Amino acid sequence: MATNLGGLTATGTVRVHRLVRGFGSRAVLDGFDLEIGSGEFVALLGRSGSGKSTLLRALAGLDSDADGSGMIDVPEKSSVVFQDARLLPWQRVLDNVVLGLRRSNAHERGLAALAEVGLAGRENAWPNELSGGEQQRVALARALVSEPELLLADEPFGALDALTRLRMHDLLRELYARHRPTVLLVTHDVDEAVTLADRVLLLDSGRIAVDLTIDLPAQRSHRQPQFLAYRETLLRALGVNHSEG
Amino acid sequence: MTATVLARLQGTTTPSVRKPGRRLKPGRPIPLGAAIGPFLLLSVWAAGSAAGWIDPRTLSAPWTVVTTAGDLIADGRLQDNLAISAQRAGLGLVIGTVIGTVLAVVAGLSRWGEALLDGPIQIKRAIPSLALLPLLVLWFGIGEQMKVITITLGVFVPVYIHTHNGLRSIDSRYVELGESLRLPRAVFLRRIVLPGALPGFLLGMRFAVVNAWLALVVVEQINSTSGIGYMMQLAREYGQTDVIIVGLVLYGLLGLLSDGAVRLAQRRALSWRRTLAD
Ligand SMILES: Nc1ncnc2c1ncn2[C@@H]1O[C@H](COP(=O)(O)OP(=O)(O)OP(=O)(O)O)[C@@H](O)[C@H]1O
Ligand SMILES: [Mg+2]
Repeated sequence: MATNLGGLTATGTVRVHRLVRGFGSRAVLDGFDLEIGSGEFVALLGRSGSGKSTLLRALAGLDSDADGSGMIDVPEKSSVVFQDARLLPWQRVLDNVVLGLRRSNAHERGLAALAEVGLAGRENAWPNELSGGEQQRVALARALVSEPELLLADEPFGALDALTRLRMHDLLRELYARHRPTVLLVTHDVDEAVTLADRVLLLDSGRIAVDLTIDLPAQRSHRQPQFLAYRETLLRALGVNHSEG
Repeated sequence: MTATVLARLQGTTTPSVRKPGRRLKPGRPIPLGAAIGPFLLLSVWAAGSAAGWIDPRTLSAPWTVVTTAGDLIADGRLQDNLAISAQRAGLGLVIGTVIGTVLAVVAGLSRWGEALLDGPIQIKRAIPSLALLPLLVLWFGIGEQMKVITITLGVFVPVYIHTHNGLRSIDSRYVELGESLRLPRAVFLRRIVLPGALPGFLLGMRFAVVNAWLALVVVEQINSTSGIGYMMQLAREYGQTDVIIVGLVLYGLLGLLSDGAVRLAQRRALSWRRTLAD
């Protein structure tokens, strides 16, 4: 199993060395290396089945069902945002947000986190009274309320409609600017990756095929030529892979 | 035929008056709907007695039953017997519920617990509690102990089965959420496991309550010197159908009341759920 060498690196740094993960005899990740600087916003692209979720779950320590070896060094304080909001339906919104908090001022911090994601006043609602986008915002509040050094998100906006997704992009950038956690965002969407991340990785055959630093201003749009160039590069990398597989 | 065709044609020519979509839910609840059936039954009984179709030796008239109940209350027999019966059932219900819940949690959360507990309880489930009665009488005599134990045995099985089932069917995604938040075991139990198993537990409680009254009826007919069952047993010897019916009505009321209490608890505790019946 992976060894956790917590404390050897600066807070927020992610280091993965010779990670092997597989199911049965099939290796999904085979000698995978990755380094993410503290406070970096990284998007992870890759074909379906390329092992993005497998990597993310390994980093989150949620892969007790997988076989493997290697070294993983992640911050002690990390949070996960799943594709589904994954709110407990029997707990009100605020209780969902503070579920993982074990401090005396949990209540106030939960309310503050809800206000941050634009859901002030909804703390007593049941999760199934909220829209899909609102539920995912609660999930973001739950992930950020513990002030994580690392935020792991697996297609957090995959289930949302295009318009809501754009709103969530703004919100996530805003929250990122304020809290500055290290972010690893798994996504299918090349535009989403280029819009949000400072660095885009493309996972293929268990390795990083493309490692692209996005050098764009904070305000990004499809009209910027550089944006289109990044997009083109990534799409081509994905497309080539596609014709191979 | 023509009328419906016409209506359909009109519907197509005036698209602005589009009807709301077809409902698959059963529709709005009828006020006091649950009382309609019993009331009808009572009317037939009263009408039959008044018209003389029903022989009072077979079935006393409703008003005779009411006056008999009045007499039984006046001399205190009804309250005394009711109290002792309710005490037996309540005790068995509480003990059985606690045992069933604890066993379900142990079997649901540990593989060893399941290996040790689930088999024997499934076997016990196949044997009706009342079939164990001869053995229980030999072991514990015919006193209160045997009575409460019999009721407990009838209660803990459905509580265990349904709570265990509820536990097992908690979505593994919530377990993963608990792991990702690094919840301590106690918090995990309190916030995820127990609420997740609550619908199953409450369903088990509804069966348990029925079983408790059922077991009570039987144990009270064995060498009892108190309780509603004893009162009815005695009435049989004297051919008093009115007293027997008072006893039956009491059993029925107790069953209804306790089931209503569990359902109320269900509605309160599961208010977060939206279901077909809401
Ligand atoms: N629990 C599991 N048991 C067996 N195989 C698994 C399991 N989880 C994932 N796999 C396999 O590992 C491979 C990588 O899966 P993974 O979920 O990491 O892909 P992904 O890149 O996240 O895909 P997607 O974009 O569709 O979410 C897949 O081929 C999948 O079938
Ligand atoms: Mg995935």
